[in-house]
Amino acid sequence: MDTWTFGWTLALIGMGGTMLVLWCLSLLVLLLKKIFPYRPEQSASQKG
Amino acid sequence: MESAIVSGLQGLLLGLTNLGTGHVIMILIGSLLLYLGIGKGYEPLLLLPIGFGAILVNIPLAGLMEKDGVLRFFYDTGVLTEVFPLLIFIGIGAMTDLQPLMENPKIILLGAAGQFGIFLTLLLALALGFDKLEAVAVGIIGACDGPTAIYVSSKFAPHLLGAVSVAAYSYMSLVPLIQPPIMKWLTTEKEKKIMMGIVKQPVSKTTKIIFPVVVTVAASIIAPLGTPLIGMVMLGNLMKESGVVERLKLAAENDITNIVTLLLGLCIGATMEAKQFLQPQTLMVLALAMGVLFGKLMCLLSGGKINPLIGAAGISAFPMSARVVQAEGQKYNKKSYLLMHAMSANAGGQIGSVIAAAVMLSVLKGMGIVG
Repeated sequence: MDTWTFGWTLALIGMGGTMLVLWCLSLLVLLLKKIFPYRPEQSASQKG
Repeated sequence: MESAIVSGLQGLLLGLTNLGTGHVIMILIGSLLLYLGIGKGYEPLLLLPIGFGAILVNIPLAGLMEKDGVLRFFYDTGVLTEVFPLLIFIGIGAMTDLQPLMENPKIILLGAAGQFGIFLTLLLALALGFDKLEAVAVGIIGACDGPTAIYVSSKFAPHLLGAVSVAAYSYMSLVPLIQPPIMKWLTTEKEKKIMMGIVKQPVSKTTKIIFPVVVTVAASIIAPLGTPLIGMVMLGNLMKESGVVERLKLAAENDITNIVTLLLGLCIGATMEAKQFLQPQTLMVLALAMGVLFGKLMCLLSGGKINPLIGAAGISAFPMSARVVQAEGQKYNKKSYLLMHAMSANAGGQIGSVIAAAVMLSVLKGMGIVG
């Protein structure tokens, strides 16, 4: 594989892959927040 | 008796007679790093041991990096095995508060945009004639993330470790100087004055605890070669959020990180031997630290109701770049309070740089470049 094929392939897949993984993570955070919603009494009990 | 005295005196002059121009230049460079760390306060935790390590290793005949030398021992056991940077990542995870990011998860994408600098730097490095794996190591400078740059360099281009580390940390410490003019040039007066609403979406403790585990599993399945990086950061964060291992968390963010930072800094300085460091390649690596600024244009691309200034925080220099964004925003609109939004983008940038490196390692394996 020549240098430029390597460079552009890594750049395109790398950028796309990074964007994809972080987008998946943002969806996972939203999902976690839906499954385990914040309850005000939680913080109240933490404060004692 | 006379000859014995002459021989003895000659022994005292051996260091001086073996002192070359390269040694002197490197001792001066080491001193410059000390000055930047002590006098100017640029990343002193790293520049001080790096600068001193560079001086130590350039003392003729001292042999600190020879076989059985003390710095060689630390280098072989901590850097070549990648243990030192990975231990630092546990500390980073323990110190990082991901709550702003979890409150506003869409902002994490700005952390992805901030990583485009990596790939632009990679292409620049290839254009300058670096071989493939060297270009990968140099490219990580574009993430503005010192530990990740050290990890990838020690894995793929250990001979460039000194130059890459110094370039990465110089770039990080210059964020307050180089970001404001870029933000100023790339945004209009109207954009700078945009006020962003307060995002108040509290996150439950359960979510905060499960998040590092889920990120580790999900990101590692997509990019398995990055598991050591992601895993160590998230282990540190799990220790912080769980709240049940306070001693381990404190050890990770203080004792372990401090000891490893000292040894890592010395080892990086020890790679700056004149014969290895004073090469055209090294100078090109240092020059690229400035070239990556162009890649940072990408992190300013946002619009609508989002103040584009916060895009500048989508890099890994945490929390410095978020503070710079807040200060710049307030210059144009006293009522604008961008800090929390910028912190979200900044936390996204921290995770983003680790993820970008992990993705890169896995793509390299997929392409058959690494085993």
